[in-house]
Amino acid sequence: MTTALIILPLAAALVVWLLPLPARAAGTLALLAALAEVVLWAVAVSGFDFQQGLQLENQQSWFSDLGVSYHVGFYGFSLFLAGLTVVVCAISIAYALWAGGDRGRAYHGLLLFLTGSIVGVFTAQDLLLFYVFFEAMLIPIYVLIGVWGGPRRLRATATFVIYTMAGSLLMLAAIVVFGLSQETFSLVESGVSSNNWVFLGFLLAFAVKAPIFPFHGWLVEAYRESPPEVAAILSGVVSKAAVFGLLRIVIAKFPEPVEQFQWAILAFATVGLIYASLLGFRAPDIRSVTAYSSMAQMSLITMGLFSLNELGVDGAIVQSVAHGLISASLFLLAGMVERRTGSSAFAGLGGMARGRPVLATLLMISGIIALAVPGSVAFAGEFLILAGVYGVGWGWSLVGASAIVLAAMYMLRLISAVLHTARGPAVRDDSPDVRPFELAIVVPLVALLLVLSAWPASISDRSFPQQLGNQAVEGTP
Amino acid sequence: MPRWFRRFFTALTAFAGFVTAGVFAAIVFDETADGRSLIAESFTRDRLGALAALIVVGAGALTVLLAWGENRRDHVGEYYALLAAAGAGMTFFVTASNLMTLFLGLEWFSIALYVLCAMDTHREASLESGLKYLIVGSFGSSILLFGSALVYGATGEIGFSEIASARTIDDALLVAGLAMLIAGLGFKASAAPFHMWTPDVYQGAPTSVTAFMAAATKVAALVMTLRLLVVAFPDQEDLWTVTIAVIAIVSLAVGNLAALVQRDVKRLLAYSSVSHAGFMLIAIASNNELGARALLYYLIPYGAMSIGSFAVVAARERELQAPVTLDNLGGLGWERPFLGASMWVFMLGFMGMPLTGGLIGKFYVFSAAYEAGWWWLIVAGVIATAISLYYYLGVVRALYLRPAAELRPAIAGGSPPRDPLLHATVALSVAVTVGSFFFVQPLIDLARDAAASLPF
Repeated sequence: MTTALIILPLAAALVVWLLPLPARAAGTLALLAALAEVVLWAVAVSGFDFQQGLQLENQQSWFSDLGVSYHVGFYGFSLFLAGLTVVVCAISIAYALWAGGDRGRAYHGLLLFLTGSIVGVFTAQDLLLFYVFFEAMLIPIYVLIGVWGGPRRLRATATFVIYTMAGSLLMLAAIVVFGLSQETFSLVESGVSSNNWVFLGFLLAFAVKAPIFPFHGWLVEAYRESPPEVAAILSGVVSKAAVFGLLRIVIAKFPEPVEQFQWAILAFATVGLIYASLLGFRAPDIRSVTAYSSMAQMSLITMGLFSLNELGVDGAIVQSVAHGLISASLFLLAGMVERRTGSSAFAGLGGMARGRPVLATLLMISGIIALAVPGSVAFAGEFLILAGVYGVGWGWSLVGASAIVLAAMYMLRLISAVLHTARGPAVRDDSPDVRPFELAIVVPLVALLLVLSAWPASISDRSFPQQLGNQAVEGTP
Repeated sequence: MPRWFRRFFTALTAFAGFVTAGVFAAIVFDETADGRSLIAESFTRDRLGALAALIVVGAGALTVLLAWGENRRDHVGEYYALLAAAGAGMTFFVTASNLMTLFLGLEWFSIALYVLCAMDTHREASLESGLKYLIVGSFGSSILLFGSALVYGATGEIGFSEIASARTIDDALLVAGLAMLIAGLGFKASAAPFHMWTPDVYQGAPTSVTAFMAAATKVAALVMTLRLLVVAFPDQEDLWTVTIAVIAIVSLAVGNLAALVQRDVKRLLAYSSVSHAGFMLIAIASNNELGARALLYYLIPYGAMSIGSFAVVAARERELQAPVTLDNLGGLGWERPFLGASMWVFMLGFMGMPLTGGLIGKFYVFSAAYEAGWWWLIVAGVIATAISLYYYLGVVRALYLRPAAELRPAIAGGSPPRDPLLHATVALSVAVTVGSFFFVQPLIDLARDAAASLPF
């Protein structure tokens, strides 16, 4: 089952690359595969017992002398992260089909490949396998930004790849040391370690991926130069690989160093949260605001994880899913605005609400949920996180709460700069409202956000088995 | 004899020779669970030699396929004959078990390679390459020979295991001889600081010869280094492990830093081969069974990636009739999807990215270094890999990421002639590169059996 979830998009990618179909047909095929993936995920959920630990396992020895195996399976929380992946990826592929760039076959194949490798990251139960999927994500992203990106894409890809690879190569060294000292690379069988260097190797890789201050140098350029649907996947889903890694490897396998460094990590996350929020308030275009808000949210999620209590970790998972959906819909909406105006800079925008009620409504809903208005799923997530870090010290939740205020400021600024104020020079009167196909792309995201807002417990009650909490993750103290 | 027949006949003979040799090597591997000495103890028949021979003749067979389309005007027969001779010399070399046969084997394949490099007599670069290789290579060989003489002087023995059992430990003569042996083999493995000839020779030699040298010579030289050091000098291991580790680090540094500024793709790949020699020397420096396994595994995808990447370069070269640089590689990814995607796979393999055996190779090398307790070699390897991303991605950037405006169609007169054999070479190389990622266990079993012939 889990293997099928990984293989389906990878196989579909191969088919899309090899079959000499016209771009449209290839895109449709890709979309069908992505929808099939969503269905497959739903089937996996229906057979999943959220009160148990690791399930839907597939295991196969890969090379036995070092104890490396192909071992995949789901925990409750990783099932939600995978669900986020398949939904956001399917919607992004639909968007790509609608936007119809050149070299469609290559493009859609790469998107499917990316989907498969992200799902792989969330299921891997072996360190080397995790590394394989973690790195495999980079291959399509590099080309997706490098070929189809904006004018400064070469710089953006170079920065992105150098940052991430520097982090992940340190992780490879850490994996070798950890695995050989444990005599197995299996995450399920290995015990805990108290080696600070190995711990830092893992932490750094995920800190770059998330990103956590001060490793965010790649962030804005990558998000601004990507095609909108790639930016949606990057910020919505790929960054969650860091959440999985922090939870499944760093927190579960390094209890002593985590406790020792908890204060420092929380401090960096808090600084990043405030810093990103302030930058978001100054940023000149939709994409940059969304990028900084993404960094702020990832900092908040990291705070939740490193509160090391059940509330905080539950909140981090809820917030991961919420932020993934919000970020994806904001980037896709930014893409739609860009297609109409040719730019996402606030200087050229404004007054788009007039005559475009649907666009205004969608952007409004996503923006309002993003700023964590009470009653929204983002509010639920942030509340849990703040309650979690309150258990560590009230100061952390005070600073965290002030970030919510900052989030309101930059999100409202974004909404008013795009929709309200005077009509911007780049906005033409005849540029149309959201088309039906676009509506079909964004509405599922917004609808999911509304459903989760009504029922956030669907995630928070199910991420970890009730009686065990996050200790159900093997090795967690 | 008409030229087409000469070409066909010699190529077929060389190919059949390599394939038959491969079959025999496989049989030897299968039937020799324990090593044994042959012909007055001058050779060892063991699985280490058989596996190395298998890789060498595999590289040779792929080279024949690659060279077919080169369509040389003259010296067709000589070309294939020398190629087969070089392959034979290497298989002779990797089974050597005394200093005499070691030197004979080295000279055998080296002389064949000197001539092969200078084969395109109408190209100045080819002649230059042959001359450089001849001079520097002979210098390396003579150092090796001198070293052998010193070792013989110190121990009175030339057989590897006899040298070990002579138990001469703190003897200046022996240490000097050991150092010279390492230097001599370092020349052939193009490990820094003995790599000076590599970029010029790789660039000037006919591309099929370069491909063969990058893959097969490296296999022969590194396997021999491993065998010589482990079998003959166990008492001096404190000395040579450190020496090899230092050479490894220097190779990583020199290879990667110099490759950063290359524009010519063959030169770039030459420096990349220097840096990979560094990685494989880490495995040798570890001086443990895991290290031997790591080296033997690493050589398989590495050989395939080398031949494959040079084959893609050769394809482009034939199309343009000009040396391939990062500039005129531009757009290859879109013009020739198969060659472009394959080159991408090879670059990923060199980087050590997933879905290629390159990742598993590096993983094993780092594991061996960890087991030897040399964590700083892991750090060096990680830093080197990070640097290498820049130029390997530079190739991918040239293939796919160049703006369309910068691209010019390669040639005016339609598409180039199809070359199914070259495509077969590339396809086989991709299959090995990717296959060695998925089927690690069988390859590691082979490597383990081969490593078992060494006395760790």
